[in-house]
Amino acid sequence: MQVELRNIHKTFGKVHANNGINLIIPSGTIQGILGENGAGKSTLMKILSGFIHADRGEIVLNSSRVVIHSPADAIKHGVGMLHQDPLDFPPMKVIDNFLLGHAGGLFPNRSDVVRNIKQLSDQFGFSLDPEVYVDALSVGERQQLEIIRLLWLGATVLILDEPTTGISLSQKDKLFETLKLLAGQGKTIIFVSHKLEDVEHLCHRVAVLRQGELVGTAEPPYETDALVSKMFGKVIKFGGRQSIQVGDVVLKLEKVSLEDSRLQIKDVTLNVQAGEVIGLAGMEGSGQAAFLQACAGLVRSVSGKILVKSKDLTGKPYHAFKKQGVAYLPAARLEQGLVPGMTVTEHFVLAEETHGIFINRDQAVKLAQDRIKTYNIKGVPASSIESLSGGNQQRALLALLRIPLLLVLMEQPTRGLDIESVMYIWSKLKERCQQGTSIIFISSDLDEILQYSDRVMVFFAGKVSPPLEAASTTVDQLGQLIGGKGWDGFGAEVAHAQ
Amino acid sequence: MRNETLINITWKIGAIALALILTTLVLIAADAPPLAAYINLFKGSFSSWVKFSDVLIAWVPLMLVTSGLLITFAAGLWNIGIEGQIILGAISTTWALRLLQDSTLSPVLVIILSILAGMAGGALWASLTGALKTFGGVNEIFGGLGLNFVAIAFSLWLIFGPWKRPGVASMSGTEPFPRTLWLPALEGMRFSPWSVALAVLGILLVFLLLKGTYFGLRLKAVGKNPKAAYLLGVPTWQYMMVAFIACGAFAGAAGAMQVTAVYHRLIPSISSGYGYLGLMVAMLVNYQVVWAVPVALFFAALNIGSIQLPIILKLDSSLSGVIQGTLVLSVLLVEGIRQKFMKKK
Repeated sequence: MQVELRNIHKTFGKVHANNGINLIIPSGTIQGILGENGAGKSTLMKILSGFIHADRGEIVLNSSRVVIHSPADAIKHGVGMLHQDPLDFPPMKVIDNFLLGHAGGLFPNRSDVVRNIKQLSDQFGFSLDPEVYVDALSVGERQQLEIIRLLWLGATVLILDEPTTGISLSQKDKLFETLKLLAGQGKTIIFVSHKLEDVEHLCHRVAVLRQGELVGTAEPPYETDALVSKMFGKVIKFGGRQSIQVGDVVLKLEKVSLEDSRLQIKDVTLNVQAGEVIGLAGMEGSGQAAFLQACAGLVRSVSGKILVKSKDLTGKPYHAFKKQGVAYLPAARLEQGLVPGMTVTEHFVLAEETHGIFINRDQAVKLAQDRIKTYNIKGVPASSIESLSGGNQQRALLALLRIPLLLVLMEQPTRGLDIESVMYIWSKLKERCQQGTSIIFISSDLDEILQYSDRVMVFFAGKVSPPLEAASTTVDQLGQLIGGKGWDGFGAEVAHAQ
Repeated sequence: MRNETLINITWKIGAIALALILTTLVLIAADAPPLAAYINLFKGSFSSWVKFSDVLIAWVPLMLVTSGLLITFAAGLWNIGIEGQIILGAISTTWALRLLQDSTLSPVLVIILSILAGMAGGALWASLTGALKTFGGVNEIFGGLGLNFVAIAFSLWLIFGPWKRPGVASMSGTEPFPRTLWLPALEGMRFSPWSVALAVLGILLVFLLLKGTYFGLRLKAVGKNPKAAYLLGVPTWQYMMVAFIACGAFAGAAGAMQVTAVYHRLIPSISSGYGYLGLMVAMLVNYQVVWAVPVALFFAALNIGSIQLPIILKLDSSLSGVIQGTLVLSVLLVEGIRQKFMKKK
């Protein structure tokens, strides 16, 4: 089926997530959609699959205009979407997952459905047992289940959102084989990814999105450099970098390995020195968040040693790290960092050390006033924290950090902030570095990473690069590494996923 | 700011009016004269000192339970297991009294020890709910509910088994304790000023705890956002555990009062439903300590006032429950509507 998107617009608040996107995908094509986080890929695909509605624009399938109200509606039109996190029901059997999405009568014909599942599985060489519970399947198998389920429901357009995250290499080969087979049958495949290699390997054509706009298309043979520069573009420059004299080792990682359901990180070794800033780059979900949390004791490592100021804290909880002067700032400010319903003053009381049993209100208010002034927060001590704007919440979060601190770990410290706030926050952070505090932070903004870090580590699907000198690294190099290219140069230095 | 307070009060009055209308409808449906019923409710609790002292007798355990629940609610916990904690408090108090009644200790000391035993028993029972939640991943609502049934069965087993009256086991409970082991009451009344003093002390303690201490603030942080509280350095599960234990001690004290000041023995359903009633009071006052005192008194008055309804109006005394229930539902409903309304604006 030919899919045509005409002038699609979608805004979320001030953000123009899709800005006038036009794209025609002929049937039998594997169309790649490339872009960094927040480029608008997912929004566009959710519009096509009925999860959200476009503000403006048209969807045309086989030259007839359609209005898609819901995912169920989409599948009636033959459009099915495979989400990054499989939307199945793990505690149920494979066959029940099939029956759930099916508009059958009161008593579905199970044996018919079992036969259908077997037929479809055989066709693609999958080995799915209809009577097995879904939580016993691997991510790759759940993907296979979802593919044949959508095909069974009559999908002729398949959208796959980051499908190669979390599956093994052989499962990836199998997936690509299947997708090629389906394209050969005339189905339309839309493959959303940030992995250059996968896209180049599989797709018949590629569309690149950046900041909500379609900035370019390409066909094989692909030029990696051109794709990277299209993906990341050029952003605002922050002015000259400033390096800092670094001191003693404050954090030492020795062959630290991490594991979660999606990925493994193996044998990372790192020394962080006092006053140093280390930026962690990579697409969301490439392992950097788990790594950062492991440095704070929030995630337990499966092997290796973590030393803070040469004190072995391996396997110890966050509060043991905190005692040594480690602070962790989460990305989700209101969900994890701050306590909605409490005032700015109360936050400072919580964050500071306690003296005695009773709270000294006057002293607390005075402290709050001081910090509000120092950190230029627009609010008063009695403001409830959720009444502050996002930028001011972030400033408050930073203002809550005790003085002195050994190490600050931050997830997306400036996400969603205007450039002025970003520069202000970093000037405050750099002041702390002058006093010997080290910083490790995650950012999806490559310019921010190169601007403020002394060293950079890149994460790609659980692989961790050795620390790179930020001064001699370019945005293009980082972009390639984030997309999984150029890793061969590191040789044995890369901490590898198994 | 003032305008906002005015609007708040208007909403509250609206909620009370709604509750009154609903209750009146129930009365009309039951073929009862609404006005007469309300007047009798009032008379039944405030027409004489004896009646008012009965109200205070009901107020004491209700206030103690509510005080405890304000702590667990502050920590974001639904301590439905409060009923079982009252029962275990009563059982522990009875156990201590039985153990010490023949000893040479002075009666005052025995009473004090038995009340402390009650508090410890309640706290221990509450810590089971807390442990189930912390170490077993059992939601405190389910854990508490389950333990309530265990506590009831336990008390019945004691009454009809090991602690039965000599010769005959009966629903009227265990053998009453001698008068020397009763919490001293006022001349000619059943009401003991000591128990009222304990309840007042309890609510003052909770007020101070939640208003002015680090502990209270951190507890509230745990209740409002445990993740952030943890990252800010509050040992989350330990605080939840302490909240359970503190609330259990309050519930245990309520159970101890039921034994030492009211029934002077262990009876089946010794908790008299004060645990669930306390949950309703806490919800009704939106977890504000100051308001808990009058509202608990009002609920106690409804309970006592309704006692004479069957005699005078041939109405069932469960009318008080109908009023309490509709009141809580109306307030929550009105609050829900208000929030929806505010969001739209």
